[in-house]
Amino acid sequence: MTPILAIEDLRKVFITRSRTVHALSGVSISLDPGETLGIIGESGSGKSTLGRIAVGLDEPTSGQLSVGGERIDGLSPQLRRQKLRRCQMIFQDPYSSLNPRLTVGRQIGEGLYASGQSDWREIRTTVADLLERVGLKRDFAERYPHEFSGGQRQRIAIARAVAPDPQIVVADEPVSALDVSIQAQILDLMAEIRRERRLSYLFISHDMAVVARLCDRIAVMHRGRIVESGPVRSIIDTPQHPYTRNLLDAVPRFGRRRTGGKPAPVRLPEHRDDDVYVTVGDGHIVLEPGSAAMLDLPVGNLP
Amino acid sequence: MSAPFLSVRDLTVAFHGRQGDVEAVRNVSLDLARGEILALVGESGSGKSLTSLSILRLLPEAARMTGRVEIDGQDIASLSRRQMEDVRGAKIGMIFQEPMTSLNPVLTIERQMTEGLIRHKGASRREALEMARISLDDVGFAEPERVLRQYPHQLSGGMRQRVMIAAALALQPGILIADEPTTALDVTVQAQVLDLLVDLKSRYDSGILLITHDIGVVAETADRVAVMRGGEIVETGSVDAVLGAPSHDYTRALLASHLTVEKAMHQRDADARRMAP
Repeated sequence: MTPILAIEDLRKVFITRSRTVHALSGVSISLDPGETLGIIGESGSGKSTLGRIAVGLDEPTSGQLSVGGERIDGLSPQLRRQKLRRCQMIFQDPYSSLNPRLTVGRQIGEGLYASGQSDWREIRTTVADLLERVGLKRDFAERYPHEFSGGQRQRIAIARAVAPDPQIVVADEPVSALDVSIQAQILDLMAEIRRERRLSYLFISHDMAVVARLCDRIAVMHRGRIVESGPVRSIIDTPQHPYTRNLLDAVPRFGRRRTGGKPAPVRLPEHRDDDVYVTVGDGHIVLEPGSAAMLDLPVGNLP
Repeated sequence: MSAPFLSVRDLTVAFHGRQGDVEAVRNVSLDLARGEILALVGESGSGKSLTSLSILRLLPEAARMTGRVEIDGQDIASLSRRQMEDVRGAKIGMIFQEPMTSLNPVLTIERQMTEGLIRHKGASRREALEMARISLDDVGFAEPERVLRQYPHQLSGGMRQRVMIAAALALQPGILIADEPTTALDVTVQAQVLDLLVDLKSRYDSGILLITHDIGVVAETADRVAVMRGGEIVETGSVDAVLGAPSHDYTRALLASHLTVEKAMHQRDADARRMAP
């Protein structure tokens, strides 16, 4: 099967006056049609940068990007944007990701217009259908974002993302800002829409439970690299990389009590570009520390 | 158990709205003794943060509060503004969700930490500096001297939150109010901060009012829990009792919607069975 999205050896370097930041250091992923790949990591891991590059909101420093088997890196920005119309995005904050000055219907409709529909009467009908599909009323199209709750806005964001009939939706922490009772509803909605439309999701999150619920595979990111990836069951049951173990262990759980104590630094391998992945299970790979260099991460700190 | 260090009785907080008064907190009563962690858990708008602001007497001007709050036997309504300032810091410490906004961006960590110690503990500048250094070491900083020279923006979110905890801890308050102290932090850093709170409780015999939306955090750290909804406490008791055998529908719903990794894996299996031909 040709992956719907393939990213090969992606690098992104930000250069500021005082320092150079390697946000992505050789990231490769592939996403099959209808598949959901979870990208899990903490702040500064590079997961959001990866998502932004995948939808064309950011330019990589180097690396290959293919959509539906067709290379799009190297294309002119205009052509690339056209190809990337098949990639849409849902953001974390439903309060800032919708335009406060436009009606909900207009925002959803523009995606349809951009994808080739030109009859606004038809567009209005499609918008109403979409609103209904995400669990809202058809006439909500006339309203403005501020009239809706966080959960409703995220439903609107989903309708807007799927309007141009994309093949890939990149969702960056789509439920993190919502109350838990609302989170479950939005996750269920995303799962249903994926099935109906045979969508592929790149699902970016810091929340292991949410990723485990929705995704087929997980890629764990740390300091700009994927340190481990594989099927959800394999990653959750037999995590191999020390960072993955650390992350899983930190998730609060019932039946365990914190015993207190002064936090100690966490020892993790400091990966280099020549480190290689080894296969530890069916589709389950882990980045092996080639050199013995270990990194003492100070408590509560990002380097 | 010792007498409660903090006692709240029939606390009601109302705001004047277009259609009459809106009660954001209604008849809330709770006790907190030294050496225990009481979690106040609820979703957004449940009134948990307003409850903590009432205890600190930091409610917005527009709010009207009735009821009684006693700290170490003193009714806070009877205190002057100046006396209340002394209570905050010396008797109640506080840490908030966003440590960047609670630290002064133009002052070094040293200035911010020593000022409170000089004021509330009557320490000399040198004593205060030593106390600050010890507290920073307590919360896991390898080089406290370096941190003392830095400004808040030079620290990561997790480091800032630990500075806040160190600053509160240095004053050794009877109780600490921690309002969503780990919500803005990464999960690995959250684990460290929660360990610190538990440590603070046992080492300094502090009482902690932990305000959170995360019932997993409650399960791991709190001794008792009060579940809030729509401004009211709907259920309260020991963590084992409330989370193990909830008696209120809302508590059950809150537990049901809380997603754990384990539960997610079960749901996946159930989905797979349903989809199978």
